[in-house]
Amino acid sequence: MNIGMTSLARPLQDALRPAGIQAEHIGGLWNLTLGLCALVFLLIVAACVAALWIAPRADAGTAPNLDSLARPERRIWRVIGWSTGLATVGLLVLLAADVFTSRALARMPLQDAVNIELVGHMWWWEARYRDADPSREFTTANELHIPAGRPVVVTLRSNDVIHSLWIPNLHGKKDLIPGRTATLRLRADRPGTYRGQCAEFCGIEHAMMALLVEAEPAAAYEAWAARQRRPAAEPADALARRGREVFLSRSCVMCHTVSGTSANAKLGPDLTHLASRRTIASGMFPNNRGHLVGWIADPQSLKPGVNMPPNALPPDDLQALLAYLETLK
Amino acid sequence: MTVSGDTAQRALATWPDRSGPGLAPGDAYTLEQTWSDPPGIIGWFAAINHKTIAKRFMVTTFIFFLLGGLLALAIRLQLALPNGKVLGPDKYSQVFTMHGSTMMFLFAVPVMQAVATYLVPLMIGARSVAFPRMNAFAYWIFTMGGIMLYVAFFLDIGPDAGWFAYVPLSGPQYSPGKRVDFWAQMITYTELSALMEAIVLITTILKMRAPGMTLNRMPLFVWTILVTNFMVLFAMPAVMLASTALITDRLVGTHFYNPAEGGDALLWQHLFWFFGHPEVYLIFIPPLGFMSSIIATFSRRPVVGYPAMVLSVIATAFLAFGLWVHHMFATNLPELGKTFFTAASLMIAIPTSVQIFCWIATLWTGRINFKTPLLFVLAFFVILLLGGLTGLMLASVSLDYQLHDSYFVVAHLHYVLLGGAVFPLFGAFYYWFPKFTGRMLSERLGRWNFWLFFIGFNVAFFPMHVLGLQGMPRRVYTYPSEMGWDKLNLVATIGALTIALSMLLFIVNVLHSRRRGEIASSDPWGAGTLEWGVSSPPPMANFHVVPVVHGRYPLWQEAGTPRYVTGLANEWREVLITSVADAKVDHRLWLPSSTIWAFLSAVATTILFVGSIFTPWAVVWGAVPVAIAATLWFWPKHDIIERRVESELRP
Amino acid sequence: MKARELMPALCLLVLLFLFGCEREQRPTRAPAAASAVADPSYAASGKTPVSNRYEENAYAVSQGKTWYRAYNCNGCHAQGGGDIGPPLMDAKWRYGSDPGAIYASIAHGRPNGMPAFGEHVPEDQIWQLVAYVRSMSGQLSGSVAPNRGDNLQAAPPENRRKKETPTHEATPAAEH
Repeated sequence: MNIGMTSLARPLQDALRPAGIQAEHIGGLWNLTLGLCALVFLLIVAACVAALWIAPRADAGTAPNLDSLARPERRIWRVIGWSTGLATVGLLVLLAADVFTSRALARMPLQDAVNIELVGHMWWWEARYRDADPSREFTTANELHIPAGRPVVVTLRSNDVIHSLWIPNLHGKKDLIPGRTATLRLRADRPGTYRGQCAEFCGIEHAMMALLVEAEPAAAYEAWAARQRRPAAEPADALARRGREVFLSRSCVMCHTVSGTSANAKLGPDLTHLASRRTIASGMFPNNRGHLVGWIADPQSLKPGVNMPPNALPPDDLQALLAYLETLK
Repeated sequence: MTVSGDTAQRALATWPDRSGPGLAPGDAYTLEQTWSDPPGIIGWFAAINHKTIAKRFMVTTFIFFLLGGLLALAIRLQLALPNGKVLGPDKYSQVFTMHGSTMMFLFAVPVMQAVATYLVPLMIGARSVAFPRMNAFAYWIFTMGGIMLYVAFFLDIGPDAGWFAYVPLSGPQYSPGKRVDFWAQMITYTELSALMEAIVLITTILKMRAPGMTLNRMPLFVWTILVTNFMVLFAMPAVMLASTALITDRLVGTHFYNPAEGGDALLWQHLFWFFGHPEVYLIFIPPLGFMSSIIATFSRRPVVGYPAMVLSVIATAFLAFGLWVHHMFATNLPELGKTFFTAASLMIAIPTSVQIFCWIATLWTGRINFKTPLLFVLAFFVILLLGGLTGLMLASVSLDYQLHDSYFVVAHLHYVLLGGAVFPLFGAFYYWFPKFTGRMLSERLGRWNFWLFFIGFNVAFFPMHVLGLQGMPRRVYTYPSEMGWDKLNLVATIGALTIALSMLLFIVNVLHSRRRGEIASSDPWGAGTLEWGVSSPPPMANFHVVPVVHGRYPLWQEAGTPRYVTGLANEWREVLITSVADAKVDHRLWLPSSTIWAFLSAVATTILFVGSIFTPWAVVWGAVPVAIAATLWFWPKHDIIERRVESELRP
Repeated sequence: MKARELMPALCLLVLLFLFGCEREQRPTRAPAAASAVADPSYAASGKTPVSNRYEENAYAVSQGKTWYRAYNCNGCHAQGGGDIGPPLMDAKWRYGSDPGAIYASIAHGRPNGMPAFGEHVPEDQIWQLVAYVRSMSGQLSGSVAPNRGDNLQAAPPENRRKKETPTHEATPAAEH
């Protein structure tokens, strides 16, 4: 049984703490731009303050100074000209910095990359791990594990409306647009848990469409992937077997897949390894019995508008179902 | 003309007499009667005097501003604490969509056109706008569109797909019902109104300037209005096309935005942002004109670098049409193409910086009169500057990957829109309120208003930069408590409440000063442009004698000869038409008088528009009342034709 | 305009706000979609026809369209033109076109291959499906029926279909 989210360190969701090479490139550009813009801001505000300090006071009756209409003010124009030239140089510096950063982002080495196909749904993330050998492919949802130090190529598609994948510690965002395929190339250079969130308004529960990215050492990643490839284990005790019957005879089977059973629907997240995930409801609540009960009984009270209906189960059936779900490691 | 107050006395003592020969009292009375609005309830709907319409337009847009502000308060109250329960997700989606749509479509662009339709004829020495009936129609169409949207909102049919309504979310499958249709039709209304106002203002500026006011002598504010309205002509059709395609997709099943049948979800984004980016410049450029007017008056000198200022505004307008893809950097468009738009988005900072340097130079070499209008204008140099600099950050593709669709963008857009438009707009209200109403707004309340607004604004929006960098996306109705975003959100809400308080002070100031404010002379600020040469408020005919202009600041400079134009009729609405570049006298034009048909045509058009939300046949059947109303609008009256013919004959 | 003159307008606005527009509401909790919903024997008892309040709610009908695809109704009924199962967008109804009959078809199944979904699909989702099925033959008003979906089109959108007049079709003999 997994520990709930609050007991572990809070997953990071912060663009200012890069944990991967792409976010670091962008972080470098941010620092340069921030410095330059802060300098310009201070200079112009200082000029404004100086102007107000130096100029004498007047009121509505003070006669206006019309010298500028008679004689050109060449000295002022020269100052403005030079200032504009300086501003243009600053802008060209920013342009060059952006071009260099874009090139660096595009040139991340891709050898031995992990390929993940991420499909955005309203309001959860479907992840299919691709492999040259199709028998090694597997599907999961809402929680990605990636090997630290290896590049990851995420192919982005959408099942319905425009979503956007944003894992700020690892990279900027990319939109998932129906009818189009986009790619995001990233790499986590440090193990850790990074939280991402949908960043394009996608309907009523856009605020609750998060995902966790667990960057692990290579061995831990391979072990996780190997577990994900296995179908659901045969439940050991009678209660869990009864739970499986509940799962297959009620509405769960209409929307969810559990490999190794006859449940093969694609409307909701794949639950084959539900118990291996830290959160439920697309990264929103800890995956523990209390939240699971609430989610199954009445998801509308936790995430109103979501496609999963309430399930009024008799208490025995509910306990059995929970026991079964906990075997889906 | 009568004049009172200390300032005016000093003005009379030190400046040459500007009042001109005036008209004999009998003639002046006749002229005023000719240009007045008809009395009674019917008369209220039939009025077409440009100042009457403009005042209504300003009040209506300000009411929408307040409504949008209340919606913003609701958003901030919901987000003040994590897991907020003030608004549910469905209501929240409607509230933030209404907030954005109200502010962008029902306030920011129309208010600029409203102020322009009041001030432009006065600044250029004209008695009216061109096409006064169309001006009135544009106001009524705008108002009815706004009312339609709010009635829908109160009926729980408010749009809920965001103010830019990306497809497929706003498309027929994922936005069932009529919510998005009301939004799309509101766009049709407001863009029709904006296009008509653009035609009115461009024609007025190019053909009705007082003799001698060459383009080179036109006030900078009038230049900004001219440039803005040319932009309107090119930008609005893009959004009307986009929203019409959305309406037909939703109503009759076309496939413009359906990828499965050959359409493209990005088509919407391209069409919308091709309009949407110039739109923010439609909001930003007229306040540049406010800035020039106010800085000139309160520095007691002409603005530095008139040609540079004019060329900067024109350059900004052209460049504004080349930036739109910077709203789409997170899509899968080719990288090289996106970088082109980075370059363009950076380069548009150059003309704006020229303007900023010119204004600072004006202040530096001037003599400062520290009054409330200038305070609001000075806020521009902090707030818009910061917003523009964060704009440079967003202009860079790589940096935008992190910042796009986060609270950083929310901070940026509010900094540029409030700093660049709303603060100068408030400065303009304080500056021209005496001209509109004949009374001064309270300086003391004005300062309180300003400082509460300035401080409240920065407290509300600066933390949002940090929130965005800390990973908070836009348009979320709540957030978990463990994200660490709660403190800054609470601070932002406190700032929002402070802004609300400052708005309350503004309303108190206006309501109090309307009845009990200090009476204003014709020129309480000692300004130099033509609108300050007539009484406060101006006569219904604007100018009893049309001035001839010999310089950029006619009230400051020596009057040349000839000084004025005589011979325009007092018995009918006659205006002087001049040539485009040099304002040489060309001919007299007889403008139409008040009519109820502008209002009734707007009602007929409303029936057509609202009906077409529900059935395409409304376009056919609804065209009948529109055609009837339009025909009666133009129906010639026999006695008027006779008098016109007579007036053309040599006496 | 004085405040007094604005009062009628303000009162109207408040009333509008309070009553709202049922057609456009987004109910996330299932209201009682019809009378006698919880009683599965109502269809057999031949009680008065059940009315489906979801037929007046655009969101509910749109959800019905979502379930139609999600639960693979088009596997047998195609996009309404019928295949293994009978067409749903024409005027012929074997078991009745009123909401109660359609509910019974979906929840309890019918001979010759229509499965019983009552255990698997929650009740209010079935009522949403019922509303959608009726929209397929144009029975619902144009403001409520769904618009086109973001997919390949097999037929005009439901809100553009001519309203068919339901007629009775003989039930085929049950196959063994």
